[in-house]
Amino acid sequence: MQEFVQFTLGGVSVGMIYAAIALSLVLIWRGTRILNYSQGGMAMFSAYVALIVINHTGNYWLGFAAALASGLVLGAALERVVVRPVANKPALNAVIVTIGLLILIEGVAGILYGGQFRSFPPAFSITGIKIGSFALGVSWNDVFIAVAVLAAALVLAAVFRYTAVGLRMRATAFSPSVARLLGVRIGRVLTLGWALAGLFGALAGVLVSPSTFLYPNSMDSIFVLGFTAAVIGGLESPAGAIAGGVILGVLLNYVGGYLGSDLVLLFGLVILVLVLMVRPSGLFSTTATRQV
Amino acid sequence: MSDAAALDVKDIVAGYGGGPVLDGLSISVRAGTITAVLGANGAGKTTLLRTISGFVRPRRGRIEVGGANLARRRPEEIARAGVAHVPEGQGVITELTIEENLRLGALIRPSADRAAALAGTYERFPLLSDRRGQLAGTLSGGERQILVIARALMAAPQVLLLDEPSLGLAPRIVAQIMTLVRQLRDDSGLTVLLVEQNARSALGIADRGIVLNLGKIAADEDAADLAADVSLRRHYLGF
Repeated sequence: MQEFVQFTLGGVSVGMIYAAIALSLVLIWRGTRILNYSQGGMAMFSAYVALIVINHTGNYWLGFAAALASGLVLGAALERVVVRPVANKPALNAVIVTIGLLILIEGVAGILYGGQFRSFPPAFSITGIKIGSFALGVSWNDVFIAVAVLAAALVLAAVFRYTAVGLRMRATAFSPSVARLLGVRIGRVLTLGWALAGLFGALAGVLVSPSTFLYPNSMDSIFVLGFTAAVIGGLESPAGAIAGGVILGVLLNYVGGYLGSDLVLLFGLVILVLVLMVRPSGLFSTTATRQV
Repeated sequence: MSDAAALDVKDIVAGYGGGPVLDGLSISVRAGTITAVLGANGAGKTTLLRTISGFVRPRRGRIEVGGANLARRRPEEIARAGVAHVPEGQGVITELTIEENLRLGALIRPSADRAAALAGTYERFPLLSDRRGQLAGTLSGGERQILVIARALMAAPQVLLLDEPSLGLAPRIVAQIMTLVRQLRDDSGLTVLLVEQNARSALGIADRGIVLNLGKIAADEDAADLAADVSLRRHYLGF
């Protein structure tokens, strides 16, 4: 029983990291129908920015803020410079461009920071929390991970629902041509979408790096699992991305805990393939695939 | 009703690659009037509206609204300059609520004006008011047409472009929509460019009628004269 609680709670925490990556993918997919393969690389790069600031200033929160800011800027810059020119071209062009970006970002990170594994400080204590003699299997840092992603997602949901900017973003996602007819400058909206995606990716990078170490490829497997979470959630829905992340995190933590941690990534890929085969529009979709 | 043109299309050449669909077309729409653009399928009616609203870039010519030349600007900038286009097949965003669709229409106005615009719309269209929180996808075809017209009006446009508002609607609903458009002209002085297959309904409310044939103007007359011209009707309008 204690083990089960531990694996579940630990799974929720790591699942929120997948959720953050999934959310960043959904933000871009909804607006542009582009799957951003460079999302993990962008997250890794922002985590390096955080590490440098932390090492220079000794202040974790300055590094945390710097990572989020760099994610915003990197996302916006990449959209304007690299992605915009392929926006109305065949879908394969964008795929090649974002894969190329991933290789480029990882290469640049290797040149700037070297290939060695670097340890990354956690925000809070990583010793397990106990209630009496009952070990929950999660630390205050794990709690922070879950709370940080959830808070960011709630802020995003509020922006979507209650602000003019959010309404423009949703209209652009659902029907870009109608949005333009109503005077929405969709170029700016798409840039903002990439910026927010960069921010959520950076958040994931900073939160996961204490447990994975930081190196140029450190986010590759996290990206795959984040993508799986997004697919579980239907790739269209921010709420689905969060749910998909938590479901995946908990399932994979059971696999890691009961069967062995070597199998986690393998099972992640199995789940990805199964969802794509059985319910390609995600577990939560109620409507048929939209006709394009 | 003044003599000033709210919309001046001058010598437009436009198409989709290949030969031009609109070939040196000029039309002038007086402020506060309804101008009906009629003609068979393929005459260039929809292309005319898509060119005015910027989705088709003209190769030549000017499109003037309020003195500014809007030709070759982007659709979102043309919308911001006061041209509201209600496209054929409607363009309700079904995933948003009725209220969100309406609010979206007013986002190009100063934020101080938006609440009053919404209140005014609900007063005019009680149907939309009653169902404001529902997804727009739950509306019937006729209700959606009213929503898109109401949404276009939220922007307080200089010119309203209506593309086939009667398409796929029952005759009774078509009559309601046409009455609504006429009321908007009479009450608010709205300027409308109305593209219709349903020539009889359109000429029933229009001040002026333009017949397009193969991208050129076949007739440009007072709506009443056009409706009375038996040979023209038989030739181009089919009634």
